[in-house]
Amino acid sequence: MSDGWLLGRLLVATWETIYMVATSTFFSYLFGLPLGVILVVTARGHIMENSVVNRVLGWIINATRSIPFIIFLILIIPITRLLVGTYIGTVASIVPLTLAAIPFVARLVETSLKEIDWGLIEAALSMGANSWTIITKVLLPEAKPSLLLGVAITTISLVGYSAMAGIVGGGGLGTLAYYYGYQRYENTIMWATVIVLIIIVQGVQLLGEKLAQKASKNRG
Amino acid sequence: MIEIKNLTKIYTASGQKIVALDKVSLTVNKGEIFGIIGLSGAGKSTLVRCINMLEKPTAGSIMVNGQEITALKKDELRAVRQKIGMIFQHFNLLSSRTVFDNIMFPLEIAKVPRKDAVRRTRELLELVGLADKADVYPAQLSGGQKQRVGIARALANNPKLLLSDEATSALDPQTTRSILQLIRDINRQFNLTVLLITHDMNVIKEVCDRVAVIDDSRIVEVGDVMSVFTAPASPTARSFVNSVLNREVPTELLHRSSAVNGQVHTRLVRVAFIGSSAGEPIISSLIRKFNVDANILYGNIDRIKDTPFGNLTLELIGQPRALQEALAYLQNRGLEIEVLNDV
Ligand SMILES: Nc1ncnc2c1ncn2[C@@H]1O[C@H](COP(=O)(O)OP(=O)(O)OP(=O)(O)O)[C@@H](O)[C@H]1O
Ligand SMILES: [Mg+2]
Repeated sequence: MSDGWLLGRLLVATWETIYMVATSTFFSYLFGLPLGVILVVTARGHIMENSVVNRVLGWIINATRSIPFIIFLILIIPITRLLVGTYIGTVASIVPLTLAAIPFVARLVETSLKEIDWGLIEAALSMGANSWTIITKVLLPEAKPSLLLGVAITTISLVGYSAMAGIVGGGGLGTLAYYYGYQRYENTIMWATVIVLIIIVQGVQLLGEKLAQKASKNRG
Repeated sequence: MIEIKNLTKIYTASGQKIVALDKVSLTVNKGEIFGIIGLSGAGKSTLVRCINMLEKPTAGSIMVNGQEITALKKDELRAVRQKIGMIFQHFNLLSSRTVFDNIMFPLEIAKVPRKDAVRRTRELLELVGLADKADVYPAQLSGGQKQRVGIARALANNPKLLLSDEATSALDPQTTRSILQLIRDINRQFNLTVLLITHDMNVIKEVCDRVAVIDDSRIVEVGDVMSVFTAPASPTARSFVNSVLNREVPTELLHRSSAVNGQVHTRLVRVAFIGSSAGEPIISSLIRKFNVDANILYGNIDRIKDTPFGNLTLELIGQPRALQEALAYLQNRGLEIEVLNDV
């Protein structure tokens, strides 16, 4: 095995990881963000109070979150097959990653939105705002810095999960480390993946903080 | 403008019932500044918040501009709320928006075309004297400036009614005065009805036309500010008036005066002067006309809204008959008289 070959494999695997993580972060927010909003606004005393919706949703989220990811991966193989035709490979990994992250994102979003001073919602109500306006013009913009930090946390968690998915054939850095590092005792590859992972996580965290800072600039 | 009848609000918190308002009835006239004063927990906030249905009344009726507020459907209520401005103790400005965009927010809610909304926002910035702060974020403003933004925002959709929940309670006295001045100006300029609640009698004194005193979920006194100041009827009202006017006479004085000696009696009398009579030489004519001596124990002159208002505590010394005549004379001059010591 030449150094060039190794570098090539590493680059491909890095790209696969970034692709998987980015795509599943995107999709988990596509579904998790609205769910988080629903959790908040249907809570007791909130603008769209609905205890049935709130309780059922909360229960489903808790149930999904209590399944360890590695079991979850296997459990939803039929769904993955149905959606992408296979359960192996980078694209197939996006399904369990996204599904596992949705409830996580919903809770993160819920926490961010709950921090908002009720006085702001009341002020908007007193102006005659409807629920949609309050969600889009008060809750989400006011929570933006905190939401951005949540995106960073989600992305970083998904980097970890994607490595786990890699072990069962999901592709990316996880697969690389597992086949070459673990099964063939290639320490160089093992360490190279670790370093790349550290760089990715640090980068995401830094970027998240920068964006959050920018969003909360002037706010005091 | 506002007609409240038998308004009752009962909160249920962890199984316990808390009566926040108990059959409150109240009328606020168009164009007046109406104050509601009461101690913490009396039910003031609950009362104003019922008027725009931020709090749903348990029973009773609230008419605003001839419309029964408690019977409105959701979308009707939203339309009505757009015409009722509200300002808050902690301003409640959106930190993610500039001053300009905060003031424009209610116009967005009312779906005012952008061009008109921008023009109106500029107007409002001028009105509250913050034209130079348009692009600044609330975090960079002082408390007084934040409340000015709050007021501009509340006025955006040309409301007929402004509700104020302790709008000056987080401000220092000087800033409070300037905010109250602004409220007075807009009240006159736009014939805006203002309902404000406060626990500070100075606020009532400075801007209100009429006042209601609320104590333990009930209205215990209503009247125009001048008469409540000169002759508070309820104990709560009296203690509020005393908090700003220093009407209490030290007990040593009361005792000294009641120690009657022979033929000469003393009376401790409090005289309230209102408006132009505050300038008349009443004491000197009193001494000339009747055979009494007058000893001034305490006096001050103040202003209730625009009317000068004087307060004098006198010790009158003389024969019982002369004293009686002197008191009658003062009463006939239309002065508010109160004899403080026992006869
Ligand atoms: N959401 C609520 N749930 C339960 N009890 C409440 C609620 N809001 C107010 N109360 C109670 O109702 C009573 C009146 O409260 P309110 O806020 O109207 O008083 P206030 O006169 O505005 O007092 P403050 O000057 O402290 O603001 C209080 O006993 C309070 O504890
Ligand atoms: Mg209050």
